[in-house]
Amino acid sequence: MPLAVELRGVAFAYDGGPPVLAGVDLAVEEGEFVAIAGPNGGGKTTLLRVAIGLERPTLGTALLFGEPAHRLARGRRLGYLAQRSRLATDAPVTVREVVSAGRLASGRLLGPLRGPDRVLVRDAIAEVGLAELADRPLAELSGGQQQRAFIAKALAGEPRLLVLDEPTAGVDADAQEALAALLARLHSERGVTVLYVSHEFGAVEDIVRRLVLVRGGIVFDGPPEDLPGAWHDPSHVHA
Amino acid sequence: MPEILQLDFMRMAFAAGAIVGVLAPAVGFFVVQRRMSLIGDGLGHTAFAGVAVGTLLGISPVATALVATVGGAVGIEWLRSRHRAAGDQALALLFYTGLAAGVVIASAAGSFDAGLFAFLFGAILTVTGEDLVLMAVLAAASLAVVGLLYRAFAAVVLDEEGAKAAGLPVASLNIVIAGLVGVTVGVSMRIVGVLLIAALMVLPVVAASRVARSLRGTLLLSMAIGVASAAVGLTVAYYANLAAGGTIVLVSAAVATLAVLSRGLR
Repeated sequence: MPLAVELRGVAFAYDGGPPVLAGVDLAVEEGEFVAIAGPNGGGKTTLLRVAIGLERPTLGTALLFGEPAHRLARGRRLGYLAQRSRLATDAPVTVREVVSAGRLASGRLLGPLRGPDRVLVRDAIAEVGLAELADRPLAELSGGQQQRAFIAKALAGEPRLLVLDEPTAGVDADAQEALAALLARLHSERGVTVLYVSHEFGAVEDIVRRLVLVRGGIVFDGPPEDLPGAWHDPSHVHA
Repeated sequence: MPEILQLDFMRMAFAAGAIVGVLAPAVGFFVVQRRMSLIGDGLGHTAFAGVAVGTLLGISPVATALVATVGGAVGIEWLRSRHRAAGDQALALLFYTGLAAGVVIASAAGSFDAGLFAFLFGAILTVTGEDLVLMAVLAAASLAVVGLLYRAFAAVVLDEEGAKAAGLPVASLNIVIAGLVGVTVGVSMRIVGVLLIAALMVLPVVAASRVARSLRGTLLLSMAIGVASAAVGLTVAYYANLAAGGTIVLVSAAVATLAVLSRGLR
């Protein structure tokens, strides 16, 4: 079985800029739950973007389920929650419409949603506890509820790989716990592979078996309990 | 039957107005949501160059304008997506090149006349049955594409990067939207003129988005406002003896202003 995520000798720099990542090797097997931490500007988000093909490495290889990551294709069933997810439009958009867009990751591209797709959308909304608010405009929801709608969008595509970039930023403690419970369920019941970038892992510390620290490259990769004491606050890690 | 509908040219005008009233907001919807409201304006100027080329070559100005607008739309999307130019700079390039080329070509063809002004400011009352058939076919095809790809277009509008990560063919979808904008400008220019064409793509959407409570609701309401603006504008223009294209746009602008103000008061 191919690895879910494989980075081999990856280096990356934005156009003409200094290197953001260098010498990155990372192998994530299907079904793993990997927490990724590091200081601001350390390259966590860039690492994620290279891993899922939104950026091509300057050097090295990025594979997703054994295929070149930059070959973005439907059907690879990737759920992606970007940092500070927000809608790119000011128009009113309901929770159901946001989540329906997630169905395109694995469902039909043309025509309206069919019955089975609508059921998956409804289930994804219910899974994040927004069933009562499904037809409300997103703008009327709290920050935590909006974040849950974006997570439901990622779930609606029946993801094999869920990539979450700081999913709890600006979200209250209850919503963080609800998210952790949801991720634990997805991970254990459906075997979904999770890459979870954050500064703070309190909510998911019971699920995390592997921690990757990023600071221009990978400076630690192993069980959280093996982390050197001086690094216990990952946001202040120094190589 | 009311007097206004007893006249052949007015019946044609209402039919043409209804076609454009539905099509322009349906396509403009995706442009406005991507914060590229002025692309219609830029393409209007490109259409002007196309009309001038048609006049110079002695072939259908509508056909050459269609080629120019679709080509211009695809070109601007290419510039934007490859980061060769920021969105507004790409628009400015299109805007001024189109207008300057139109002026130069029209003067070379010696065609600064009423025929050219009809394309600049619209001449809905001179729409023929043949024009109407062409408009209806192009509009039906464009609306069919919108219907078929609505969910994919919406996904790109909501979150372009997320759509890319999900494997949607975002670049191709953006090119299709750009092509639809080009067709819409080509189809609509006889109605309100190339200088005002963007208004019908943008104003009904602005109004609808202040009133509706969903994306789909915004799309459908904007199409209804587009048709109503065309019908009311034509009627007012007929009885008050005003320029039809401008009156249609003013009605649409009044609706948008009311919607924006009422939202502000809530």
